[in-house]
Amino acid sequence: MPSFLHFFQILTETKGVFIKAMLLTLELTAVSILIGIAIGLFFALLKISKVKILESISDTYVYLVRGTPLIVQIFILYFGISGIFLLPDFWAASLALALHNGAYIAEIFRGTIKSVDKGQMEAGRSLGMSKALTLRRIILPQAFRRALPPLGNQFIIGLKDSSLAAFISMNELFNVATTLGSNNFDEMTYLLIVAVYYLLLVALLTFVVNRVENNLAVSDR
Amino acid sequence: MIKIENLSKSFGDLHVLKNINMTVFESDVVCLVGASGSGKSTLLRCLNFLEKKDRGKIIIGGKEIIPGTDNINEIRQRVGMVFQHFNLFPHKTVIENVIEAPIMVKGIAKEQAIAEAKRLLQKVGLEDKEEVYPSKLSGGQKQRVAIARALAMEPEIMLFDEPTSALDPELVGEVLTTMKELAEEGMTMIVVTHEMGFAREVADWIVYMNDGMLIERGEPEQFFNHPKEERTKEFLKTTEL
Repeated sequence: MPSFLHFFQILTETKGVFIKAMLLTLELTAVSILIGIAIGLFFALLKISKVKILESISDTYVYLVRGTPLIVQIFILYFGISGIFLLPDFWAASLALALHNGAYIAEIFRGTIKSVDKGQMEAGRSLGMSKALTLRRIILPQAFRRALPPLGNQFIIGLKDSSLAAFISMNELFNVATTLGSNNFDEMTYLLIVAVYYLLLVALLTFVVNRVENNLAVSDR
Repeated sequence: MIKIENLSKSFGDLHVLKNINMTVFESDVVCLVGASGSGKSTLLRCLNFLEKKDRGKIIIGGKEIIPGTDNINEIRQRVGMVFQHFNLFPHKTVIENVIEAPIMVKGIAKEQAIAEAKRLLQKVGLEDKEEVYPSKLSGGQKQRVAIARALAMEPEIMLFDEPTSALDPELVGEVLTTMKELAEEGMTMIVVTHEMGFAREVADWIVYMNDGMLIERGEPEQFFNHPKEERTKEFLKTTEL
């Protein structure tokens, strides 16, 4: 069928451009995930600190971030910050994505930390370990293992969220697809092509998360 | 070694401990018995400050312990606890469970901690399970690891909160044997238990609690054969098979 041939023809022709864009998408996602985990862990710990002010700060952050669309947050960071000082596109996008992911990751960590049996903290304390030490050595490692399935989920969402960086002119996958698509009056083909690239990336991400999960599950629980 | 004076505690409206007075001397083995809800576990947990008392004094080694002023973490190094549900660290191997606190809290060198852990695991009969994760152990084995883990901190006193209540009957014996050996070595022990056979054989003192109050205390022979209080007699009737 001609349209299949056409599809594969364009797919191979545009390999170079799309792979470059895919790497940018990967970079954006990786950076935003890493910073997002740090942010998420930080605000989760604030929330369980039992200090009212710290809990409120965490609540406010989560509410603001979950309560506004990501695209709005990206624009605010990009246009707002560049009014104050020059922030390169990549970091505006990554930071916005990291802050956004961070709120959801904070709730994931908060849930998994709470899910660790109370007896674990009691055992650590009864051995003379401080609350902080028990948290660090006993609770958090268990909480982190439990967080992997929902975290993997959040990473995939983060990967697709990176497409919004197109709206601040970053040449990631979605931007390249729509630009080339309209230039060639062939939007459909390019959208289908970019869908393939996203599927590839999600498959890769899923594989990595599964491997980490299996390696950490040696202890079975 | 431990003196409890006028200890009282409530959970909201529920008055769980009512004016408890008790003294435990060095090397004593005290078995706390009584029905569920009598306050025995709460009393035990007050002794290592896992529960906060409302009123009264807890005196350990001749010195009154005041949370806030005294370093409770340090006190807990001297008072070991074994839990009904073991509470082993599931993400660590058996030997890692035992060396964790000595290394992290006391700053003992890893090789030394490992050597001591091996000795303790051998003592509880589990030297061949060093590298195993807790999920692969039976309940009796888990509890013996828990005992070794608590002993690794070289406590002066060991508290046991219904150590065999969560075990299948055939696994109870191995844990009680370990506890008996510990008692014979002179460890000061306070044991909340329903195992009357163990209490009769190993305890220096039996303490019967009911409804938050200490009803009677006596040596096993006197307690089981010639109980003084009415409520004690009723309780003993319920424990006979």
